[in-house]
Amino acid sequence: MSTLALPPTIGQAGAGPATIDPAEVVARTSSRPSPSQAVAQTFSMAWRATKMMRRNPEQFFDVTIQPLLFTAMFAYVFGGAISGSVSDYLPLMIPGILAQTALITSMATGVQLRDDMEKGVFDRFKALPISRLAPLAGPMMADLIRYGVAATLTLASGIAMGYRPGGGVLGVLGGWLLTIVSGWSLAWVFTWIGTLARSAQAVQGMSMLIMFPLTFLSNAFVPAESLPGWLEAFVKVNPVSHVVTACRDLINDGAVTAQVGWALVGCVALVVIFAPLAVRSYARKM
Amino acid sequence: MTNAVDVTGLVKAFGDVRAVNGIDLEVRQGEIFGVLGPNGAGKTTTLRMLATLLPIDEGEARIFGVDVRREPHRVRQILGVTGQYASVDENLTAAENLRLFARLQGISRRQARTIAMELLDQFGLADAADRLVSKFSGGMRRRLDLAASMITRPPLIFLDEPTTGLDPRTRGQMWDTIRSLVVQGSTILLTTQYLDEADQLADRIAVIDHGRKVAEGTPEELKAQVGSSTLQVTLAHSDDRDLAMAVVRGVLAGEPTLSPESGRIAVPMTTADDAADVLIALRKAGVGIQAVNVDRPTLDEVFLAITGHGAEERADTAAGTGWPGGTNGDNGTNDTSGVLEVAR
Ligand SMILES: Nc1ncnc2c1ncn2[C@@H]1O[C@H](COP(=O)(O)OP(=O)(O)O)[C@@H](O)[C@H]1O
Ligand SMILES: [Mg+2]
Repeated sequence: MSTLALPPTIGQAGAGPATIDPAEVVARTSSRPSPSQAVAQTFSMAWRATKMMRRNPEQFFDVTIQPLLFTAMFAYVFGGAISGSVSDYLPLMIPGILAQTALITSMATGVQLRDDMEKGVFDRFKALPISRLAPLAGPMMADLIRYGVAATLTLASGIAMGYRPGGGVLGVLGGWLLTIVSGWSLAWVFTWIGTLARSAQAVQGMSMLIMFPLTFLSNAFVPAESLPGWLEAFVKVNPVSHVVTACRDLINDGAVTAQVGWALVGCVALVVIFAPLAVRSYARKM
Repeated sequence: MTNAVDVTGLVKAFGDVRAVNGIDLEVRQGEIFGVLGPNGAGKTTTLRMLATLLPIDEGEARIFGVDVRREPHRVRQILGVTGQYASVDENLTAAENLRLFARLQGISRRQARTIAMELLDQFGLADAADRLVSKFSGGMRRRLDLAASMITRPPLIFLDEPTTGLDPRTRGQMWDTIRSLVVQGSTILLTTQYLDEADQLADRIAVIDHGRKVAEGTPEELKAQVGSSTLQVTLAHSDDRDLAMAVVRGVLAGEPTLSPESGRIAVPMTTADDAADVLIALRKAGVGIQAVNVDRPTLDEVFLAITGHGAEERADTAAGTGWPGGTNGDNGTNDTSGVLEVAR
């Protein structure tokens, strides 16, 4: 590194004159990124996220260990009490675990993104002429891998424990996809919280407050009918219950029911509401 | 010709603290403009507002005529920003970082690869291209950060304290790099805590303190206010200090300053020749001298001359951080001072 002097044609090789003409640069600027630029930038950010996943495999702990652990634990602890036997409980429980996994993983998306945002490199992302959507949507796109891993492992461990889904391959595939879609849609809520909170820990805390009532006050692990009336009312409107029921219909019966439709409508609603909120809050505050 | 930067009445308040309190700046095309001030003066806050990283509370700011508040996306296409702390990705390699930033700015995959290699080569990082940035030294990170700002050859580059924390050798290399950027036609706005650095690099300097501009001019104009160099005389007997001050006042026009705890007198001089006159006069008056030292003026002395208070006085009000520019921890100043240490 004897000299750091830059030759005249640094940067855009071969293009343009050796010296910079500011007036020409200003004339070339656009007032906002085009949709196709935003998409390309999102893909670049997703590429960054997958690189980070490969270098920090511990990011996969929650999506590998957790589904295995929960499936085994819940099956043996609650199976006998709720359904009389483990094998009878599995068809009720596996879709519940799938929904819970989607929720927990989407929460991790919010926490991790918030953590990432505190790094110096986000200063550069903010100073670059890129869509404010890309730094949020990119990592979320890469996280589809995590939802996929989590859903696959949950189903696989259920099958290993003797679960035989009645919906066949297509039904299971449908439930698997629905899990991924709902996890991804939910992640926008936690991403939005991430842009509001003061720290990653705060996101974690707030998210727990949302997550616990949503999973346990649902029909994920017990039949709604077994609950006291007031609780049953809440459980029935809880969106997690809809996802769980939709997964059961798909995986156990191979049936595309109205519940599946409602679950998808709920997912679209989440994205439509929370994605713009998250992007706006990121652009303003961060 | 439009100015590279045109700022009037810039204000940023954090709660009760007016971090930037009505700053005007005018940076002309093709120059290196230095913003000089102690820790907590508002340098970073000013740059961050101009770089669209922080909303502007009050005031007007234009970059090559483009309004920063109304058209942030346009401004981002004109600027290269290198922050006070390297904003590169620790989890990627040096080459991956540059490729990512190039791709994000619409450069093709292939072109991005070429540019990354070229820049790494030019910034002396070719050997470390495939190493993770988390394994980089501070100086390497700074260079990578600067390289990242150069990907699209922006006509205006912001450098926030580009050499703070670097060793003297790396600092000299950074200075060369900065100068070479201007040769290519970039305009540079840099901040620094070191008068020495502003003096070496900047065509014009604005001195800021407490979020306000307290002086502006060429390095020569600023230094003329404090003399071109300072004679430091350490007295053998601190009892002599009143006599010594009187003797110095009799010889030179500039007002000497006394640091009582060390029994040291600092005398601003217009030429180094003045030193001989002062020393002879002291000898004649029978004042014993322990050490003599000729220094370039420090930022602290510039501050004293301009504001009537030293930069150190306010260091405790400013974010609690120390003040490396004024006292003796400053490599840069010591490097270039003509030291003539006379032990008795
Ligand atoms: N995000 C912030 N919140 C509150 N105060 C801040 C923030 N950023 C800077 N400040 C305060 O604003 C003042 C100027 O800070 P800064 O611009 O970083 O100074 P410099 O870069 O000159 O050292 C300091 O008093 C600092 O404590
Ligand atoms: Mg600063």
